[in-house]
Parts: sequence; C-alpha cells; structure tokens
Amino acid sequence: MTKRTIVPIGPYHALQEEPEFFKLHVEGETVVHLDIELGYNHRGIEKLSESKDFEETIFLVERICGICSTSHPLACVQAVEDAGGIEVPERALFIRSAIGELERIHSHLLWLGLAGHFIGFNTIWMWAWRFREEVLNILELITGNRNHYGMMKPGGVRRDINDTDIPAIRGMLEGLQDPVKMFRDAVLEDPLIHARTKGIGILTREKAIGYGALGPTARASGYDIDVRRDHPHAAYGMVEWDVVTTENGDVFDKAVVRILEMFESIRIIEQCLDQLKIVRGPVDSNPPFVAPGEGIGQYEAPRGEVFHYIRSDGSNRPVRHKVRAPSFMNVPTNRETVLGETVADATIILAAVDPCYCCTERMAVALDSPGGQRLWGAADLIRMSCEKTWRLMDETGLQGPAPPPTAVN
Amino acid sequence: MKAEITINRILGALGEHIIAHEHKSDRRVYLEIAPETVFEASSVMFEEIGARLQIATGIDTPAGIEVMYHWALDSEDCVVTIRTLVSRDAPELESIAELCPAAEWIEREIWELLGVEFRGHPDLRHLLLDDNWPAGDYPLRKDYGGDPK
Repeated sequence: MTKRTIVPIGPYHALQEEPEFFKLHVEGETVVHLDIELGYNHRGIEKLSESKDFEETIFLVERICGICSTSHPLACVQAVEDAGGIEVPERALFIRSAIGELERIHSHLLWLGLAGHFIGFNTIWMWAWRFREEVLNILELITGNRNHYGMMKPGGVRRDINDTDIPAIRGMLEGLQDPVKMFRDAVLEDPLIHARTKGIGILTREKAIGYGALGPTARASGYDIDVRRDHPHAAYGMVEWDVVTTENGDVFDKAVVRILEMFESIRIIEQCLDQLKIVRGPVDSNPPFVAPGEGIGQYEAPRGEVFHYIRSDGSNRPVRHKVRAPSFMNVPTNRETVLGETVADATIILAAVDPCYCCTERMAVALDSPGGQRLWGAADLIRMSCEKTWRLMDETGLQGPAPPPTAVN
Repeated sequence: MKAEITINRILGALGEHIIAHEHKSDRRVYLEIAPETVFEASSVMFEEIGARLQIATGIDTPAGIEVMYHWALDSEDCVVTIRTLVSRDAPELESIAELCPAAEWIEREIWELLGVEFRGHPDLRHLLLDDNWPAGDYPLRKDYGGDPK
C-alpha cells in the first residue's frame, strides 16, 4: 500500500500570494483527499458593518476585495434598495452595468494571466496584464480610480459618464477586441495549453449543483446560471447579450468561458454607452433614509453571484448585513476536482475557480488553550513587529531613530 | 408573477409547516417554519423544486437566533427565504449539509459565529475563527463584548 503524505500549499500561497491553506493528502503523486483551511485573514466585516451607516457600509464592502470593488458595492446597494423600496433612475442602471462589465474584463484578464503563470506560460501572463492596464485606464477615465471606484450608492451612482468621454471610451474598447481575440486563439489552438488543461480537474454538472457552484465555475460544467439574466438587475434586462456555457467542466472549459465572456462584456458596455446618449436625466434618486425592512442584493461578479442580505430597523445602520462572495461556494468544489489528479496539476486546478481569498475570509487571535487567555492583541503585534525591526537594525548595524518607549519593554 | 406556480407548489408541499408567509414582492418571498421542519423543508426546496441554496444567514434577535435559508429559483427570477427561530439558550438545528453540500461551510460559520449547533453535520469545526477560540464566545451575537483587554 502506498504511504499517504500531506503536501501543504499555504498557509500563504506561494503563487497566488494570498493566505489560505490547502492540505493535499497524496499517495505517491496522486491526490486522494483535500482539506481546506481558512481564517488566516478574517476581518470581521459583517460585524463591522453593523457599526456603519448605510453610506459608509458601501465603502466598507468596496474594500472586501480589490478586484470585485464594484461587485460587492453593487450587490450591497441593491440589498439596501430592496429593503427600503428605493427607486433608481434608468441612466444610473446603464452606468452600473458598464462599470460592472469593465470590472469583469479586467478580472478575467487578471485570472488568465495568473493561469498562464501557473502552468509556466509566462508570456500569457505578461500579455494579459499588459492589456488589463487598458481596461484600468478606461475605469480611471470614468471613475477617477483604477480600482475602488466609489461609484455605487443607494439610489444611483455618484458620478455621471460625460458625453465628451464616450468617444475615448469607445476607442479604448475597440482596441481591446484584438487582444481578446488573440487570447481566444492562443487558448483554443495552443497544444501546450490543451495538454495542461484539457480533461484536468473536472467538475461534473451534478457536483456543481450540489456545491452551489457559481459563475464561470458553474457555467463551464454546463450548469447554466447567471444572475444577470436569471434575476435581472442594473441594465442587464435592457441590453442584448448571451450567457456563455460549456459542457466539460475541466480547467480548459473554465478558461474558455472566461475568455468568451469578455466579448459579451464588450457588447454590453457598447450598448450601455449607446443608451447613455438617449437616456438622460439624473443618476441618483437621493433617498433620504432607508425604511425598516429586509432586502437581498444579487450581482453576477466575475467569479459568480455576490449575495448581500441587509436588515434595517429604520435607523441609519443595518441590524444585520450578510455577505456571501462567490468563492465561498466555488472553493469547496476543489475537494471534488482535485481528487485523482497529480500534485503537479493541483496548482492550476485549485486556481481554476479563480479563488478570491480576501472575499472568502472576512484576525485570528492566539490563545493559551487551557485557560482561554489571549496571548497577543493588536498592540502586542505592533510591539513585536517594532522589536523585530530594532533587533534586525542592531544585528545589521543599520542606524535608525531611537526606539519608542512602548517598543522596548 | 413569474414564479407563481412554483411558489404554490412550495406552499402546498410545506403545508402546515408554514407559520408565517410574506409575499414581499414578485421577486421576494419569505416563509417562516418551525425549527424541527428545517430538514424536510430544505429537502423539498433542493430535491423537489430544484432550487439553488444561495446561502444561509443567522441573526441574533431579541426573540432568539433567527436562521434564514435563501433559495434561488433561477429560471423564475425569485428568491424564497425560509426562516426559523431557535432559542438563544440552546440553539440547535438539523444539518442540511449531507443533503446539500453547499450548506457545509455556512453551517460551520453560523455555528462558530452565532453558536447554533447543527445536528448531523459531517465536519462541525472552526472555519474562519482560530481553532482555540473560546467556547461560548460568539462574535455575531449582539451581547458579544469584543476583544477583552
């Protein structure tokens, strides 16, 4: 019988540079079990949200994830609007969708680059990230920021898209078509990508349904769900586009779904820009307060549905704010996809769901177990960090200012 | 309403289990059931209706710990939320993780953050909090005092 060994990936992922811990139980080269550990970066955002008013909450959830910095705020404002029965001007809906789709393109390009990096195809990585810059430039033009756009608010958006900016946005979008086509051809035709990703890490449709998989992870397994179509919000019910699905559920299909979705995103943005010429008016209904009630907000983030639930008691802050990021549902599917595969393929399989740990996690405190006594608090961590810096400076002979009194006890 | 037939099927299948029914809008339906019937109701939603478990939410309320299961009817643009109320002293529910693997992580989360026991959960251990987190210290309860000095 082959000896079973544990291969640890984490607690800090060497490639994804995020904190998570995959314990691969292997027999020889074959993965026979996967244990996933989270909690290395838990930030307590749901609890924190209960101490923020409805405007501040949007800024808080915007910082759950740098990549999905529109998805969380959009789902959150939709939950507030659902709870309080707040109307949104039509023009704001088109702006919301345009920003959301730009975010999808930059997120998919980011994943594509990382996926290339994971299989040793670094040219894809550098190209994808180079063209992602163009998308960030468009976002900067519209919102003033490359990330954390600060655009969403209950009742509308904070900034309008100027008519004078639209030709430049169109030009930049047009310039994205060829690079995305190049990536499509590179993935569909490159024999090395086929060899590394086809038939690898298969998630069956049945398992996808059981785990509640979302987004491209679900659609690549033939599970045809997309809340942009199924639960229309923003402007998705007012523009023409198609949901991309494939059937095989392997890493290759997940890549194909994401690449083809970028074409759909460009289609949606172009239609939104057309509509902005016709649909005039305010972009914010300025709701004075949020009526008591409960509301659900859903938004199809690049990784799948983001779900926010908000309960309001009529005061200016939520009684409860539940956040469910898509990776919370997608990461557990790795327990199925990685089984029977080799350790070498495990890295790309675990990355194929486009996991977002900062979304899934939301401070761990070291305890003296028998007594339940906390050993380190925030002040202690700062003190320990200072002490280490001073020790290193001492050892290396580097000069620095005198240590503060709190740092030396 | 797009989901009317399905909603009627759910109401019929759950029958007397339903304590309260709120038809908030065509896209949002809230049903309240007794804690003992959670597994049965979930099995109706997941297996008979084919609904997708979006997530479960736990809330500490003056009346007790409220647990909500949000089920999406994706082809009919509707979210059906099934809620139940358990006592704060000994909150306990039957796990639906064996029925629907999508519930496994969220039940672990509600267990550690709100202290609801999930009977029959295959792997009830800490998900987000430290393994040495003190028993009986539930961060999402309203009386949680935060990090003691």
